[in-house]
Amino acid sequence: MRKEGSLFGSIDWLIVIIYFTLVVLGWFNIFASVYDPVANQSILDMNLNSGRQLVFIGVALVPILVILLLDFRIYESFAPLFYGIMILLLAGVLVFGREVNGAKAWFEIGAFRFQPAEFTKMATAMLLARYVSSTGVKLTDFSSQLKVFLILGLPIGLIMLQPDFGSVIIFASLIIPMYREGFPSIYLILGLTIGVLFVLTLLVPQNYLFIGIGAVTLIAAIMQWKKPKRLIPVALIAIGITCFVLATDFILNEVIYEYQKKRVEAIFRPELVDPQAEGWNLEQSKIAIGSGGFAGKGFLEGTQTKFGYVPEQSTDFIFSTLAEEHGWIGSLVLVTLFIALILRVIFIAERQKSKFARVYGYSVASILFFHFSINIAMTIGLFPVVGIPLPFFSYGGSSLWSFTIMLFILLKIDMHRSQVLMRF
Amino acid sequence: MFENRRYIIQAIFIGVGLVFLVKLFALQVADDTYHIKAERNIIHRIIEYPFRGLMYDRNDELIVYNEPIYDLMVVPRDVYIADTADFCNLFKITEEDFLARMQKARKYSSVKPSAFLQKISHEEFALIQDHLYKFNGFYANPRTIRKYSQPLLANEIGYTGEISPKELERDTTGYYKSGDYVGVTGLEKYYEEQLRGVRGVSRKVVNVNGIEKGSFKNGEYDTAAVPGKNLITTIDLKLQAYAEKLLAGKRGSVVAIEPSTGEVLVMASAPSYDPNLLTGREFGKNFKKIESDTTSPLFNRAIQAQYPPGSIFKTVQALIALDEGVISADEAIMVYNIHMGDHAPSGKYDVTRGIENSSNNYFYEVMRRTVNQGLSSSIFTDTHLGMEKWARAVEGFGFGSPLGIDIKGEAPGLVPDTEFYHKMYPKEKGSWAYSTIYSLSIGQGELLVTPLQVANLAATIANRGYYIKPHLVSGFKENGVVTPIEYEKHYTGKGDEYYPAIIEGMKLAVEKTAKRAVIKDIPIAGKTGTAENGVKNESLDHSVFMAFAPADDPKIAIAVYTENAGWGGGASASIASLIIEKYIRGEIKKTWWNREEYVLKKLYLKGLEGVEN
Repeated sequence: MRKEGSLFGSIDWLIVIIYFTLVVLGWFNIFASVYDPVANQSILDMNLNSGRQLVFIGVALVPILVILLLDFRIYESFAPLFYGIMILLLAGVLVFGREVNGAKAWFEIGAFRFQPAEFTKMATAMLLARYVSSTGVKLTDFSSQLKVFLILGLPIGLIMLQPDFGSVIIFASLIIPMYREGFPSIYLILGLTIGVLFVLTLLVPQNYLFIGIGAVTLIAAIMQWKKPKRLIPVALIAIGITCFVLATDFILNEVIYEYQKKRVEAIFRPELVDPQAEGWNLEQSKIAIGSGGFAGKGFLEGTQTKFGYVPEQSTDFIFSTLAEEHGWIGSLVLVTLFIALILRVIFIAERQKSKFARVYGYSVASILFFHFSINIAMTIGLFPVVGIPLPFFSYGGSSLWSFTIMLFILLKIDMHRSQVLMRF
Repeated sequence: MFENRRYIIQAIFIGVGLVFLVKLFALQVADDTYHIKAERNIIHRIIEYPFRGLMYDRNDELIVYNEPIYDLMVVPRDVYIADTADFCNLFKITEEDFLARMQKARKYSSVKPSAFLQKISHEEFALIQDHLYKFNGFYANPRTIRKYSQPLLANEIGYTGEISPKELERDTTGYYKSGDYVGVTGLEKYYEEQLRGVRGVSRKVVNVNGIEKGSFKNGEYDTAAVPGKNLITTIDLKLQAYAEKLLAGKRGSVVAIEPSTGEVLVMASAPSYDPNLLTGREFGKNFKKIESDTTSPLFNRAIQAQYPPGSIFKTVQALIALDEGVISADEAIMVYNIHMGDHAPSGKYDVTRGIENSSNNYFYEVMRRTVNQGLSSSIFTDTHLGMEKWARAVEGFGFGSPLGIDIKGEAPGLVPDTEFYHKMYPKEKGSWAYSTIYSLSIGQGELLVTPLQVANLAATIANRGYYIKPHLVSGFKENGVVTPIEYEKHYTGKGDEYYPAIIEGMKLAVEKTAKRAVIKDIPIAGKTGTAENGVKNESLDHSVFMAFAPADDPKIAIAVYTENAGWGGGASASIASLIIEKYIRGEIKKTWWNREEYVLKKLYLKGLEGVEN
């Protein structure tokens, strides 16, 4: 009994409660997404996603138990090993993987499917945390920055080859823990600038964009007239931006798939997109969410999500079910739960005495935040449609387990936060 | 070292959460266009077309009914045909036609059903039915079209057709939709609202593939279709058939009215067409043919043709003069045949003898007295005042404007009054007096009447002074309950005491001028007339006969027009008497002289250009 008591010991119950709340709400919403009012099925029906999700939830208790039983130190110790295994799996999936929706991202063994990218996020976060916490590493130094980019770049490069742009974007979230540890702000500003330029390239005809760049460069040059030395960086930046614009245009038109371009255009230039074809997902998702109103249509009373108008209903677009049936109130509850969970994770990260634990904690917060925000943003038309599930909510074992493992490793480390000092 | 960055990061996370909540508020609460889009997505309105009302004759015989037909529907996505040639053979279409129709259907929707072939008859469908299983993606959708039990009453019943864009625009109630079938002419149009019933609407929830997933809100907003009301017409179908038979090969019309009720027993116009031609798949082709026919079968002569009334109008002249008190019934007036040509000799005439002999010069004097009452010392002004009085009195008999029968297109006729002649004879050309217009006294000149108005006059005289608006429908029948339509009496003059003299004249007139109309045991009061054919010397004048019978207890009043048949005592009187006898006796009693054969042999249309026979 004592042993069992210590199993949960000083676990952060707030996170555990939010976790189970999200998982159970998710389960109900998965049922609502697949429920057919004519058939009168049960939520436990194994032919439905909801029945299977209950099995996934039950199975998720196994890794939770294992994590709680395992030593909390192995993650830091074995981080390079985990990372190495994941890199090998990512390489392997390119050869042996099964192609689903145009991406070679899945291993398939019998009925069991496994997506290495899901777990690579965690392994990468651990290796980054270990690297940053090792002695002598200063993120203000360029050599350290380079190594961070290397650790991030390897899995990103392999996932790009699948290709799975959604996961790539999630990896970018790991810049946030780096920023917390002293990464220069210029990287965030650069990232933001690239984002703004990308949108501008889509919205503004190229000619105008070039005229604009020219004008801004000219003004900057006049302002720096008295210091001729500064003219060179100004000119370099201008050339860089011009190249980026040309590159974006090239990428949009030549590199990425037409459907991906359309998804990007659906957000920024909806007039170019046919709502009956490429714009269907977004339009139907917005109709479902928008028709929810303030209080929603009621549990199992949703019509858009129930009758197949919104695709990927129980996975990536699960939010539209919730928003349709529970209205803005439901949206408010969900957004609040997620933001509360993420802020609590940051709170936990900040109370760690070990740098490894803090960096890992921030990584968990950032990955969850990116998943949550991109998923919601794509269902309401603020972000192009990419296949990113809503953590704990969306249907699927792979996604549920990887988030569960990621979160409970943090909770396990947190339970032992006072023991850390002994190591140093 | 970088402690403060935790606040920046948290601020960004919270900020994004707030942006979501604001955007979601805008999407879910502030903007309600998505509610409409959502309903449009899932609610499939299924229109249930009500059964269009039937039409019965006065003896409960079915005239118009609905026949099931089938539209072959197709869902392009589900189509699988093993043998296209087999399909084309079965439906009697070419392979190009097949491909064109498939493309049209696919263009509409690949998952929603649309009509592949329309209006497959019951008989055709019976042949096809057993083979339908071979063709995936096709199914039959039953509908109804109008059918007519007999090839009669084409212009009176009218026809139904797809609603025109113009009518759709005029429909302020918003009831109709493009593609709806509505009454276009005749009773079908006039009683459209009663006949059509009320469409039922059921709202079904459909999934993304258009497959039904139950009713919307448990059918709370669904309405059941209410079948149209059945029309009880006043027509005597057997008599109508007889009248149309008698009119075959002629140009003309018959209108018979039951005087006591105003109910139209017979309304026939010739040439006509088989109403079954304007229903079903061949509508377009047949309509074009009928419309371009030079004998104008779509022209309902009974209510649309306007002729000068001729001698039958003498009865009206007498009644007005009696009412005005300018003559009295037993006053014998000495007339000399100096004003007009006359079949009747000079001599003493009273009302009865005047009508009996159809004395032109007597009625010259009768109308002169009505028009010139000495109200002014000027013969012109006196005539103008008198004509005004006269015209209003004539209008009192239902002339000069449509009587208001319950089918559209009734012509008004023409009653010239003072104003009319002022326009015709402007002051600068010198004024006009009775001497200018006296041909009106014998029903010639500018006067125009329709056969319906003449039948109505016969009914008025039969009723001794009033008429009831002639009508073709006496009531509606719904679930076995009859709702009669009420009609009121129109009185034509001050009194009925003048009528016996007129009726007596008409009874004698039949014996004298329309011997062909005489029926044993059935006293007929009638008056012949000859409507001048506008085209001189080209062909014979139009033959007119107006009558009612039995003279003392009238059951039927009738007007018969036979164009280019010459004198009214011939064909028209024969037709009228045959119809009267058939109606009253129920059969035609054999006599030494076969009236029926005589009438049927008269084929005035023959030889006229462009006539098919």
